[in-house]
Amino acid sequence: MILSAIMFYLFAAVAVASGVMVVSARNPVHSVLFLILAFFNAAGLFLLMGAEFLAMILVIVYVGAVAVLFLFVVMMLDIDFAQLREGAARYLPIGLLIGIVLLAELVLVFGSWIIAPNVAAVAAAPIPSAAAMTNTRALGDLLYTRYIFGFQAAGMILLVAMIGAIVLTLRQRVDTRRQSISEQLSRQRAETIEVVKVPIGQGAAD
Amino acid sequence: MLQIGLAHYLTVAAILFTLGIFGIFLNRKNVIIIMMSIELMLLAVNINFVAFSTVLNDLVGQVFAMFVLTVAAAEAAIGLAILVVYFRNRGSIRVEDIRMMRG
Repeated sequence: MILSAIMFYLFAAVAVASGVMVVSARNPVHSVLFLILAFFNAAGLFLLMGAEFLAMILVIVYVGAVAVLFLFVVMMLDIDFAQLREGAARYLPIGLLIGIVLLAELVLVFGSWIIAPNVAAVAAAPIPSAAAMTNTRALGDLLYTRYIFGFQAAGMILLVAMIGAIVLTLRQRVDTRRQSISEQLSRQRAETIEVVKVPIGQGAAD
Repeated sequence: MLQIGLAHYLTVAAILFTLGIFGIFLNRKNVIIIMMSIELMLLAVNINFVAFSTVLNDLVGQVFAMFVLTVAAAEAAIGLAILVVYFRNRGSIRVEDIRMMRG
């Protein structure tokens, strides 16, 4: 019990601290790296809550794909980030104001939250005990049966996003010479070489 | 204090969500940081989903957290692709410069 409490405070503190660094770091590369740290610690929080599969998915999808994508884009684009940061202090007061108001609202809502005592009886899909079934299997049982349409829709969203990203960033460069295999294969002998009869002592006419 | 309950997780998620909002205001000119702030907010939403799923003993929260994860990944891919194309065409990603359709 005390170990899980210590782990919770560790993960939560590091996640929040790296969240602060994400929004306040001067160098966007550092921002991305702190984002990765925040994702890792959120995965730790998920583990503490017993959502093991989601924790691993968070590490694989977010850290392995999304954050690295961010890293690629940040490093690939040649942007003057110092210029982008100027005038940030102007928005600091209103940002702080809105942040504090939002936080107060969230605390008010969640602080006055009372969960109905009989809520466990109306759970749509009760979590099986860890001894009976692993979290991954329980999630799969639910995802592939009752939420199969949502699962398919999620797959379609990913497919559309993949095609969209490829279509957006693919470009036909005009300044490079590319191999055209069909053109090579359809070449005829007649249009390529010419056999010339050269008279002795005169050389080939052009 | 040592008994970690729903309130603790919701507090962490609320702080992360507020940080995301704050980041959007603080980095108004930089689209990349704005997108990272959005990722942070989606992460906070996921923590909320999973926390409620655990406390209410209901697996559906984790299923929906997974859908949020999917949409966040798709959003990041499309957003960054648009960003790359925009930078290629205009040579800048300042938010103020994106106003061709303002009329």
